[in-house]
Amino acid sequence: MPIPPSMASSLLRTAPALRAGLRARAAKPLAAMASTSFVRGKATLPDLPYDYGALEPYISGKIMELHHAKHHQTYVNGFNAATEAIAEAQAKGDAKSAAAQAPLLNFHGGGHINHSLFWENLAPNGKGGGGEPDGKLLTAINQDFGSFDNLKKQTNAALAGIQGSGWAWLVKDKASGNLTIVTRANQDPVTGNYEPLLGIDAWEHAYYLQYQNRKAEYFSAIWDVINWGTVAKRFGN
Amino acid sequence: MCYFASINVPTDSFEPTMSIGTFSLPALPYAYDALEPSISAQIMELHHSKHHQTYVTNLNNALKTYAAALSANDVPSQIALQAAIKFNGGGHINHSLFWENLSPASSPDADPASAPELTAEIAKTWGSLDKFKEAMGKALLGIQGSGWGWLVKEGNGLRIVTTKDQDPVVGGEVPVFGIDMWEHAYYLQYLNGKAAYVDNIWKVINWKTAEQRFKGDREDAFKILKASL
Repeated sequence: MPIPPSMASSLLRTAPALRAGLRARAAKPLAAMASTSFVRGKATLPDLPYDYGALEPYISGKIMELHHAKHHQTYVNGFNAATEAIAEAQAKGDAKSAAAQAPLLNFHGGGHINHSLFWENLAPNGKGGGGEPDGKLLTAINQDFGSFDNLKKQTNAALAGIQGSGWAWLVKDKASGNLTIVTRANQDPVTGNYEPLLGIDAWEHAYYLQYQNRKAEYFSAIWDVINWGTVAKRFGN
Repeated sequence: MCYFASINVPTDSFEPTMSIGTFSLPALPYAYDALEPSISAQIMELHHSKHHQTYVTNLNNALKTYAAALSANDVPSQIALQAAIKFNGGGHINHSLFWENLSPASSPDADPASAPELTAEIAKTWGSLDKFKEAMGKALLGIQGSGWGWLVKEGNGLRIVTTKDQDPVVGGEVPVFGIDMWEHAYYLQYLNGKAAYVDNIWKVINWKTAEQRFKGDREDAFKILKASL
């Protein structure tokens, strides 16, 4: 396998947009695939489910456009380059070259996964974005954090505590079903025993053009565009 | 972090009255707009007066809390503070070194000719200054996330190293010059085009400072920090 099983399964499990991207390329004629039979279809940049300007004034249209069209695209390209290099090395039995790609696979694969999840867990304010979670999700939040307000406070504290680039995630522990907040450095994806429900990008490129060094204002504003419907779906309502 | 040993802490007692050095933001050795067009005035002003100031403020807070934990013999708290000291202390060190190793492009200091011994060693190590820049650029663009690239002197040799987040170069190496690859260092001007930022920063490297650091030792490189106490 060119992709570690854990990453492959999370690719297929967590991101419908990613699956769509993979299916689109995998559908090309078999004859065309023959010369590159080790390439299982390239990842493609998923469409945003809303316009670039749709999250204003909380996240500017310019940020969204650069973030999606440039940054996410770069991760997609890097992920494809890494998987191809691994497949080529594998075909030659060159374990050393394959292993050398591992950090790039994690970084770009993680960047692709994280952003794909992120776009889907945001929505324009008043059109699926903002407000409060309800139903079973709210019950679980109240149980594990005390209240929705506490969840926001803990998440914002986790975001503020990230030293460098990274993400904060509301995750569900697959064994216990409990909710918790975790942070990940750079583009490390949430894998293993945690199911990612809600991701917030704390890289400077996610807010700097609008908020500059005032990142606490971004962390406060983003709650107005959280898509709780997506979060509830991932939670398993 | 040996330079913190220079903070005047009495070693015979840890009474609450002990004096703790408080760092302050060092002044920039040039105006905010002096590095244009390589680095915009807006970036320089935010980077210095906001970002660097935040590292200084948080370092002072961490050190103050650390001193209290020391005087209380509270080892768990001392350990818990290590990450904040490393991050904010590193941020203060790195930026202090960075400002000094930049120079307006119009200054003779920005000409590699003002670093004859260093450039000779660079040519010996990488073949030429251009090949060194190519190698350094590759290292800078390969950083995953926030971090820095440094040219360091180790023994008598030169090496390119990258450090993540605000990890400072605090092994035995002498930092000759550093390049900040955090997005806040270039994003307002270059957006996602960080390769262009790397190309342009070569025009504002202070080779005179680099030569001095290359010829000196760690104490010389870090004297700016003591000056900001």
